[in-house]
Amino acid sequence: MTPGASATEHRFGPYGGRYVPETLITALDELTAAWRDASADPAFAAELRALLEDYAGRPTPLYRAHRVEEAIGTGPVYLKREDLNHTGAHKINNTLGQALLARWMGKRRIIAETGAGQHGVATATVCALFDLECVVYMGAEDVERQALNVYRMELLGAEVRPVDSGSCTLKDATNEAIRDWVTNVRDTHYIIGSVVGPDPFPRMVRDFQAVIGDETRAQLEAAEGRLPGSVVACVGGGSNAMGIFHAFVPFGDVRLVGVEAAGEGLDSGRHSAPLAAGTPGVLHGSLSYLLQDADGQVAPAHSISAGLDYPGVGPEHSWLLDEGRAEYVTVTDDRALAAFHRLSRLEGLIPALESAHAMAHVFEAGAELARHGPIVVCLSGRGDKDVAHVARLSGAEADG
Amino acid sequence: MSLARCFERCKTERRAALIPFLTCGYPDAPQSLELLRGTADAGADIIELGIPFSDPLADGPTIQRSSFRALEGGMTTEGTLEVLRAFRAGHDTPVVLFGYLNPVLRYGVDEFARAAVDAGAQGLLLTDVPAGADRALEERLAAHGLDLIRLIAPTTSPERISVIARAGAGFLYYISRTGITGARAQLRRALGKEVEAVKQRSGGIPVVVGFGISTPEQAADVAAVADGVVVGSALIDRCEQAGAEGVREFVAALRGAMERDGPDPPAAS
Repeated sequence: MTPGASATEHRFGPYGGRYVPETLITALDELTAAWRDASADPAFAAELRALLEDYAGRPTPLYRAHRVEEAIGTGPVYLKREDLNHTGAHKINNTLGQALLARWMGKRRIIAETGAGQHGVATATVCALFDLECVVYMGAEDVERQALNVYRMELLGAEVRPVDSGSCTLKDATNEAIRDWVTNVRDTHYIIGSVVGPDPFPRMVRDFQAVIGDETRAQLEAAEGRLPGSVVACVGGGSNAMGIFHAFVPFGDVRLVGVEAAGEGLDSGRHSAPLAAGTPGVLHGSLSYLLQDADGQVAPAHSISAGLDYPGVGPEHSWLLDEGRAEYVTVTDDRALAAFHRLSRLEGLIPALESAHAMAHVFEAGAELARHGPIVVCLSGRGDKDVAHVARLSGAEADG
Repeated sequence: MSLARCFERCKTERRAALIPFLTCGYPDAPQSLELLRGTADAGADIIELGIPFSDPLADGPTIQRSSFRALEGGMTTEGTLEVLRAFRAGHDTPVVLFGYLNPVLRYGVDEFARAAVDAGAQGLLLTDVPAGADRALEERLAAHGLDLIRLIAPTTSPERISVIARAGAGFLYYISRTGITGARAQLRRALGKEVEAVKQRSGGIPVVVGFGISTPEQAADVAAVADGVVVGSALIDRCEQAGAEGVREFVAALRGAMERDGPDPPAAS
């Protein structure tokens, strides 16, 4: 029997839950109540909608990528342009919603974790906008690798705290953010960056990101007069994927395809694909598929894309996998890098390395996917942040 | 000895129980066993034995460090039970296993609960399983005879304290401050009143206090209001500085300070 099977509250099937220190239970109850009340308040919804439109730049276009279609010889391929959001990715959808919620709860201090820095920048941005104190935890290694985003956060008034415990990456930054929250929970809200963590975060972040799928559905209806045949998105924690999947989950004919990072290959042990190669376990407050060793210690993840470099995944994805409602595939570092270059040349769109994983799958499996109807890819972020990294990798290859 | 029996004995002796925490496998497995024996011999009433975990999100830097060192040295959940088994060969000091859920899930919930009892554990405290988080799991963990120790935090509502107390066994563990584990120079002034409030709702289960207690003086102060005192990070700090002998002396000093204040407890205020 799966561990949570008898408790149905706060869960996606057996997955999710609230496996957190007792100190946080009251705060999670408060957050759940605040979110419920805010969701029912038309003024809250109107304010969020106005911010998404006038500040973040929504709705984002659904762009038909003709040159991609020609290159792979398929029917319609659409890119949902989350890369055009303010701060360069879908992350702002969630941070705007949660910052409004923090204000609703009267909490003046915000903490966040970040890997590559995209969620950290999106959090620092909304904290500047709402005049909230902002502390961002970032693995010491990531601080080194993503110096530009560290400076961006500081420009926006945030304090970036390097975390030098454990593997010094996103997983450890998340541990440290949770420790901060446990310590300062009375005046602090934790803006978690993905559909992970204890309930209500996975469903709340999904709902803030669901605008992606809601817009996509209406836009494709206008363009093609139908539902997509398939929806493809990269999955690290899985927030852009849940955001675009959510509107289509009830429509069984729409194929939902999540793309995990296979890193140097699933056999190498250096990857970030818990759905493909992990087993259920508890990390950061919820039960979900997890990379772990035989003793239940969390295994380090690896991906060329810092945003996918995480050993866990949102619990709803685990449920969609077990239910057979979504399918999950993997793409290696090399294939993602090739797709990064290919989309740049074909469409003049430099994708984030995360989104390049989703594109790689479409480049390879597009012909098969297209048989079901139009393909929609969530272009979750733009690649400006990755240009220096890719240049270094290309240089290394040229030299080597 | 059961936890209940241990608290009865302390009550008869009109003193609070001293509950040191040790990370199993720190600084390595053989020394860890020596620390357990030394701690028991120096006057520990109950020992909390930490099962090391890669992501100890309720712990401060000291216990994190000891966990990582234990894991680097190859300590595992099974290895922790082996150390406990070896300790049981000569000591009947009750032991509460302390850790996080994932290694237990991986071991197998029922298998772990059976193996822990078989190795000689009396209780289990999983910091990321708050009362009611997963009732089926909690029932299975308790089904083989382990007392499931429950945490109560300063942020826990009075109504929830009652709910937790009903789900608790062995003792209730009151977290002395909002935060993670780690030594602190000063305890909060309101602690006595808070512990008293928990006791009123505990349904007779002993209430112990931990998180941040780092000196014999603090231990004595807490012993005056609680049924037991947990000392963790300060012990690991002592081990880093002064080795096993330092730990023994420190435990003896804690016990001595608690006994001096024991016979005539002042009012809880």
